[in-house]
Amino acid sequence: MDWLTILTTTVHAAIGWEVVVYGLAAIGVNIHFGYTGLLNFGQAAFMAVAGYGLAVTIVVIGLPFWVGILVGLAGAVLLALLLGVPTLRLRADYLAIVTIAAAEIIRLIFRSVAFKETFGGSDGRRGFNNDFYEINPFPPGHYGIGPFGFNERTFWLLVVGWVTLAVCCAVVYLLMKSPWGRVLKAIREDEEAVRSLGKNVFSYKMQSLILGGVIGALGGFFYGLYNGSVQPDVFGTEMTFFAYTIVILGGAARVLGPVVGAMVFWVLFVFIGNFLSEAVRAGYITVITETQVGPIRYALVGLGFILLLVFRPQGIFGDKREIALDAR
Amino acid sequence: MRRAVIAFTAFLGGLIFLFAGPASAAAEGEGLKGTLTHQGQPVNGAKIVVTTEDGQPVQELTTNAQGTWEVAVPKAGKYKVTLDASTLPPNLQPRGGQNVRTPQVFEGNVSTVLFPLEAKAAPGEAPAADPSEGALFRQAAQLAFEGLNLGLIIALAALGLSLIYGTTGLTNFAHGELVTLGAVVAFMFNTGIFGWSGMPLELAALLSLIVCGAFGYFQDRFFWGRLRKRGTGVIAMMIISIGVAILLRNMIQFFFGAQNESFSDYTAQAGMELGPITVAPKNLWAMGIELFVLIVVGVALLKTRLGKAARAVSDNPALAASSGIDVDRVIRIIWTLGAAIAALAGIMLGLSQSLKFTMGQDILLLIFAGVTLGGLGTAFGALVGSIVVGVFIQVSTLWVPPELKSVGALAILIIVLLVRPQGILGRRERIG
Repeated sequence: MDWLTILTTTVHAAIGWEVVVYGLAAIGVNIHFGYTGLLNFGQAAFMAVAGYGLAVTIVVIGLPFWVGILVGLAGAVLLALLLGVPTLRLRADYLAIVTIAAAEIIRLIFRSVAFKETFGGSDGRRGFNNDFYEINPFPPGHYGIGPFGFNERTFWLLVVGWVTLAVCCAVVYLLMKSPWGRVLKAIREDEEAVRSLGKNVFSYKMQSLILGGVIGALGGFFYGLYNGSVQPDVFGTEMTFFAYTIVILGGAARVLGPVVGAMVFWVLFVFIGNFLSEAVRAGYITVITETQVGPIRYALVGLGFILLLVFRPQGIFGDKREIALDAR
Repeated sequence: MRRAVIAFTAFLGGLIFLFAGPASAAAEGEGLKGTLTHQGQPVNGAKIVVTTEDGQPVQELTTNAQGTWEVAVPKAGKYKVTLDASTLPPNLQPRGGQNVRTPQVFEGNVSTVLFPLEAKAAPGEAPAADPSEGALFRQAAQLAFEGLNLGLIIALAALGLSLIYGTTGLTNFAHGELVTLGAVVAFMFNTGIFGWSGMPLELAALLSLIVCGAFGYFQDRFFWGRLRKRGTGVIAMMIISIGVAILLRNMIQFFFGAQNESFSDYTAQAGMELGPITVAPKNLWAMGIELFVLIVVGVALLKTRLGKAARAVSDNPALAASSGIDVDRVIRIIWTLGAAIAALAGIMLGLSQSLKFTMGQDILLLIFAGVTLGGLGTAFGALVGSIVVGVFIQVSTLWVPPELKSVGALAILIIVLLVRPQGILGRRERIG
């Protein structure tokens, strides 16, 4: 058993790029689901549109990095409008089905042979993160303590990522304290009551969808920048459901819930995976093979998700009365 | 409730032992593999030559009865795979004449190499690229037939989903996994588990229906039923069903593996000419069984006491309960039935394509499309909607690339929800 590897990967997982990517996705889901009560099951599509917007602008069209970021963000806003205009009037379960279907449509188009020239088929696009690492102010080296630490590239990405996470949390905190945020929460509790007060419920829901989608899109950028590539199948429904697991784990409608949820989620996910792999390799567990460890930890995510929702739907920080589970 | 979850988990644990037999051997090392099929039928005996990038021979082999071939290669790198077109059946040729592939094999991976095949134009006939009117009609007829087959399979799954939604209000995202489970359990009985030798597919399918029906029963008895008693809302149950889907799908992958499989019977069946179309007899049988089951369930809903009770529960559970109907019992029977016909859908899907742990997940949204198109919660609507979706998907490949064929169906789903959210046969009620 290589305990040092297990320990370092687990510590890295607590602050690593996965937490940045899924934390941002989960903050978006938290705005949709936690604060507004919108069941958007298409969060992965916002991330895909952003990641591909960046990649295609740089690789295929040949425009600079910042234009790529703008294109990605504009893509996310456009997707929110396209998705929201027709669907925000629908009941919660219908909204869920429509958003998940829209996300699948987008994934299928990105991976199709017909658009291979633009989106690169199932291989996706790569080679668009050089500009990001060229503005890296950190000289080459190892940043960290002892065995824990990152090289200058990852460290740069993590610094930018965590600053982004902090800014997003601050934005959510300020917005949800404002009258605007109170209207969102009121929509979650009773849409008709808000409407009777003369508020334009549709417009508020749309703003919530756009804001959450744009924050999710930032997660899509960081995925692309860290991995150096975007592939269509990464942005499947599983990514959305991981974000939901994280939100519910951390506590819906809590500012720091998604970030803490993402850290706990990835620590457990990485630890269980590596622990089982090492135990199998060292011969302590003989019933399963190493390739079977992958499905086991995903199955555990599913089981954990069920147990959380049944026994503690408010997660770590949440308030049971604030969960939009029984709305409508 | 705690007991309920423990019992549910224990039941899943029980499935572990059921599946433990054929846990697939992990692929070791690098390799290349592929499956040669034409219109769903495997192509046997075609010669495949694998060489390294600079022409060093690695291996020559021919495809087996399932049309599959697999080669272990010494190391990661680029390889050249050539399909010998002269060893194909005389009526087939590689699409576009392209019979050479240069795949990249990554460390520890087995790369899949596919050769799309097309029918060779007979001398004197117009080439396939420029279909004459007759060829277009024949192609459309063939696709419509395949679409009808797919539509009936979707209808089976959709019927169960719709009945469960109607009686309990649950939008079950784990219904696709019930489809997969049916196919996988049948596969295991079919190919042999616990050291038993395999049994004929018919018997395996029957046993699979019983196992999956029991799974549906216990799922409601020990899990969903308990949640309903606790007063869990329908939205909460819908989100919980996603967790159930992730759990089941990965447990199936754990025992079944990530590879494609096919039943040991009826895989390679020669097609026969039937008017303008070519069909394998197994597809006719499958469609007959599907139609029969759909009609029986439909008639049972209309005529039998249980069917009437089920419809009463769908309409208004409280009123049904006050008129003496045992609502929980009705729901449990609906769950049993729903899981069993979903399993049947899985077996039929496994007959017309290959088995994979994601096969149910892949058609889940098509099932939703069928159900929504017909009207959520109406059994006959699900039937009509699913057939429309199935035929539309296949026929649309006349104009759209095959890999985008599901996009059309999903677009229909969205448009229907916007224009006529109650579906074709649904009643108008508040949906927004």
